[in-house]
Amino acid sequence: MRRELLDALLQARTAKKAAVLVTHLADGRQALVAGDAVSGDLPLAPADLAAARQALRDDRSGRLSESELFLQVFNPPLRLLVVGAVHIAQALVPMAQILGYDVTIVDPRPAFATEQRFPGTTLVDEWPDDAMAQLAPDRRTAVVTLTHDPKLDDPALTEALKSDSFYIAALGSTRTHAKRLERLRAAGLGEDTLARIHAPAGLAIGAKSPAEIALSVCAQMTAALRGAPPLVKAEAQQAAQ
Amino acid sequence: MSESTTPVYPSTDAVLRQAAAWRAGGRKAALATVVATWGSSPRPVGSQLAIDEEGNMLGSVSGGCIEGAVVTEALEVMDAGAPRLLEFGVSDENAWEVGLACGGTVQVFVERVE
Repeated sequence: MRRELLDALLQARTAKKAAVLVTHLADGRQALVAGDAVSGDLPLAPADLAAARQALRDDRSGRLSESELFLQVFNPPLRLLVVGAVHIAQALVPMAQILGYDVTIVDPRPAFATEQRFPGTTLVDEWPDDAMAQLAPDRRTAVVTLTHDPKLDDPALTEALKSDSFYIAALGSTRTHAKRLERLRAAGLGEDTLARIHAPAGLAIGAKSPAEIALSVCAQMTAALRGAPPLVKAEAQQAAQ
Repeated sequence: MSESTTPVYPSTDAVLRQAAAWRAGGRKAALATVVATWGSSPRPVGSQLAIDEEGNMLGSVSGGCIEGAVVTEALEVMDAGAPRLLEFGVSDENAWEVGLACGGTVQVFVERVE
């Protein structure tokens, strides 16, 4: 791999821009497709370029059939928006970062969202609905609310439910969630929409400590991402009865 | 970046950045990439391993089953220059040495970082 191509790829990664590296497996020539720009020493036929862009949309690396070309997709990282810079977030954030998520913490309360508590993580100190509107969750974004405070969680969830975020979860007991559903129903949200909220957040692994709860949330988020059968606490509890 | 010496789980980007850093520091380096898999395989297509001239490595192309063989090939690729397309599976004669215990087959592309 040529250094200038590797550097261009790393620049795209830093800028969180999507790119596809096309490699000719017989001789090692390569092309980098990043946005409209194509660089490298491998000329791409229009059909190959179209295949590269399709691979990006499908988020799927692989060999092109009946050719020596390998397409390696470099999509921007998945995102996790955490509402509430609380104790559990201090475990959830590094775990999600290891899983490859680009994490943003939203909390308007200055005592919680501090650089000292979350070194190197993007902190947004705006009200959650404003923050959500700006951060614009998409199908590669997860949203988890942790504050237990309806003033913060409800507007975040309401805004997140307008998006096609692949995982929306809210911390809080079954009773807390029942009250939350009542409020959101009264605010006009429909049952299909509300059913998208994973609550109580996390898989039923008997989690007790903040770190264990963070682990259960990461596991459930991964199941949602990978399309594993849904296993939520409510279902597990029903199954146990 | 943090000055911490705590080992950190390497992301895909970290593997590429390490390869670039080795080259920038005057070391030879190679990248190995899983380009195809058949049957069960421990790492998906696109997984990468960076190797330097001393055999130091970051990342993975399997669960540890074939990295040793890939590093050996990578050291040769660093000197020879031409890339190689390797295949590992239980059908290899060396299956017990470098095959995949899970019974799958992987194709690994090894290239020098120029």
